[in-house]
Amino acid sequence: MSTVVGNRPALTWAVHLAVLFLVALWTLPTLGILVSSLRDKDQLAVSGWWTALTASERNIVARAAPPDEAEEEDGRWVLKGNVFEGSGGKAAAFGVSSREPSAFAVDETAELRDGATVTVAANGDYVVAYPQKPEGNRGQRIFVSSVEPPRFTTENYENVLFSEGLGKSFINTMTVTIPATVIPILIAAYAAYALAWMEFPGRALLLATIVGLLVVPLQMSLIPLLRLYNEVGIGKSFIGIWLAHTGFGLPLAIYLLRNYMAGLPREIIESAKVDGASDFEIFRKIILPLSFPALASFAIFQFLWTWNDLLVATVFLGNNEEQLVLTGRLRELLGSRGGNWEILTASAFVAIIVPILVFFAMQRYLVRGLLAGSVKGG
Amino acid sequence: MAMSSTIPTPTTGSPGPGGFLVTLAIALIIMLAGIVVSVVCAVAVFAALNAVLPDIKLVQAVLVMLLGVAACFGYFWGSNRILDTIYPARGVHIADNINKANGIRPWLFLGPAVVILGIYLVYPVVNSIFLSFHGPDGRQWVGGANYAWLATDAAFRESMFNNILWLLVVPAAATFFGLIAAALTDRIGWGNLAKSLIFMPMAISFVGASVIWKFIYDYRAEGTEQIGLLNAIVTFFGGEPQAWITLPLWNSFFLMVILIWIQTGFAMVILSAALRGIPEETIEAAIIDGASPFQIFYKIKVPQIWATIAVVWTTITILVLKVFDIVLAMTNGQWGSQVLANYMFDWMFRGLDFGRASTIALVIMAMVTPIMIWNIREARKDMK
Repeated sequence: MSTVVGNRPALTWAVHLAVLFLVALWTLPTLGILVSSLRDKDQLAVSGWWTALTASERNIVARAAPPDEAEEEDGRWVLKGNVFEGSGGKAAAFGVSSREPSAFAVDETAELRDGATVTVAANGDYVVAYPQKPEGNRGQRIFVSSVEPPRFTTENYENVLFSEGLGKSFINTMTVTIPATVIPILIAAYAAYALAWMEFPGRALLLATIVGLLVVPLQMSLIPLLRLYNEVGIGKSFIGIWLAHTGFGLPLAIYLLRNYMAGLPREIIESAKVDGASDFEIFRKIILPLSFPALASFAIFQFLWTWNDLLVATVFLGNNEEQLVLTGRLRELLGSRGGNWEILTASAFVAIIVPILVFFAMQRYLVRGLLAGSVKGG
Repeated sequence: MAMSSTIPTPTTGSPGPGGFLVTLAIALIIMLAGIVVSVVCAVAVFAALNAVLPDIKLVQAVLVMLLGVAACFGYFWGSNRILDTIYPARGVHIADNINKANGIRPWLFLGPAVVILGIYLVYPVVNSIFLSFHGPDGRQWVGGANYAWLATDAAFRESMFNNILWLLVVPAAATFFGLIAAALTDRIGWGNLAKSLIFMPMAISFVGASVIWKFIYDYRAEGTEQIGLLNAIVTFFGGEPQAWITLPLWNSFFLMVILIWIQTGFAMVILSAALRGIPEETIEAAIIDGASPFQIFYKIKVPQIWATIAVVWTTITILVLKVFDIVLAMTNGQWGSQVLANYMFDWMFRGLDFGRASTIALVIMAMVTPIMIWNIREARKDMK
């Protein structure tokens, strides 16, 4: 097919550019939160993430030391300090009233009403000098507009993992995901084998039912199961959600595995039968090892689905520290920390990084599973 | 899939209806015995180990995983063992025994799956229908009151309207972009890398994607620097910044973008495989006839993959009907962006009215049903 385009360089370029554009469109949103989550929170709040590498302008309001602490120096009472309080930066201009926050250039001297003077140097050092001994404990306000170098930090991650509860939620999500991914596999594999290679009345009906159950909306199941769980006494518990994920994952598991197993060569199974192997042995020693790619496909699906699930976890788990999963926590933060993007972006990244890593590592199996599940004749 | 027909089994003396019942009864007994024994064993081992092991959640999770697998294996091994003991494949009745065992064994293999599917998916459908005729607590019979309420409820109409918008836009857009991406990436050297990157959002949860896009739609008052990408672009070109997700009607489209962003990769992967499956001869013939690349794409390739396009389309359609995380996280149905799935959740969790919530769930189910029937028919055609 490349021959079609091969002799039309203009078209080839157009294709490259179009793909580049698509890729940018599909990756920039994620890149945005990754970059933002690593930025200093004050810079993040005032400038777009695409400017992360350029110096940013920031207006800060510093308060000089209280006048009580002024010391006499050459007949004037002087206060000294730094407007940045050690956080670094480069002052460009300063002011002493909120109406004109950058009225003076650095090293100029601003006069206050009572004859006092304020000077700010480029490095942020300020000097406030009074003609008489001043009184009071409220320091003079100094407005500084500064140019700051880009600052990156992992502080946001430390913050969300240890004080916003993301760390605990991470463990809760793992607790839900590990058993819920693995347990359905074997149950489904046996059922799939029976549906693919054993003959019994009602097989076609059962297959049709499973294809039908593939699309039953979860919303249908929530209320009846919630009531059932409360009666049995496993409402809001991990055992309840493991079972629920197992149940909801089974139709896809059986369907995928059956399609795969039905495509295995008949001769292998027949010759094993001739050699006197029972169905149980054939399954365990031949079919199961041969079906590894399909098992892996389903495992990835189920992993992504349980890790990313919000609905089932909200319904079947409690809303407390010990049970809130990552997606639930993220949703809560969206409500309570709506404007704190340093927290939201870092939290989101914590929540999505594991599935993304799994995705890139196991993409081959994921694609194979998708194709088996959706393309006719797969 | 063509090979799905079964191995012929010897059918000497096929069991009559009475024989079938006996088979079923024995299968049931063995199955239940197997399930109960393996679950009890697993729970006992868990309790014993839990007392010894440190009280760490992850340790427990791994333990449950191992015990779950062990219990499954124990069940399948044990139930087969029992069956072989009852009908041993030796002795004078060997042929009869093998036949009887072969009649029961499939049900032992299917047992746990059928039980779980029954409890988690089939029973709820029946129970939801029952609940939809009952009051908030599911006890009091109210007849068709929930349905009557639905017919007059303004929020329900809004949800229906939005759902239909979603159904019209998202599957079409995701399939379209997926098709374009598939056609383009197949032609270039770094196509696989590009595919991976376009496919990646598929791994991101809906809530995660909502945070990502809420950041893009972020709004700051006019005059201050915009940190949301969309408003930054709008102001760069001299427009006025907008609080995008609060604009009625428009906000639905901004939410749809998120789902399209997630689903395009899925469409691309499947359509790309279908495109590559097109016989070369048809394309070569078209090239010889002087067709342009665009003509080849629209007139030769696309018509040949219609069946796959339909599969992609319906798969995304089902997802659209079920999607609620995005709306919940972005707007929670405010500013006229409500959809059925979130509305149902609302009545379930905030309204605490199981009757009404079940009724809404049934509406979603009814919308899925045509696709379900179509899927079943396609699958049956395949399996023949």
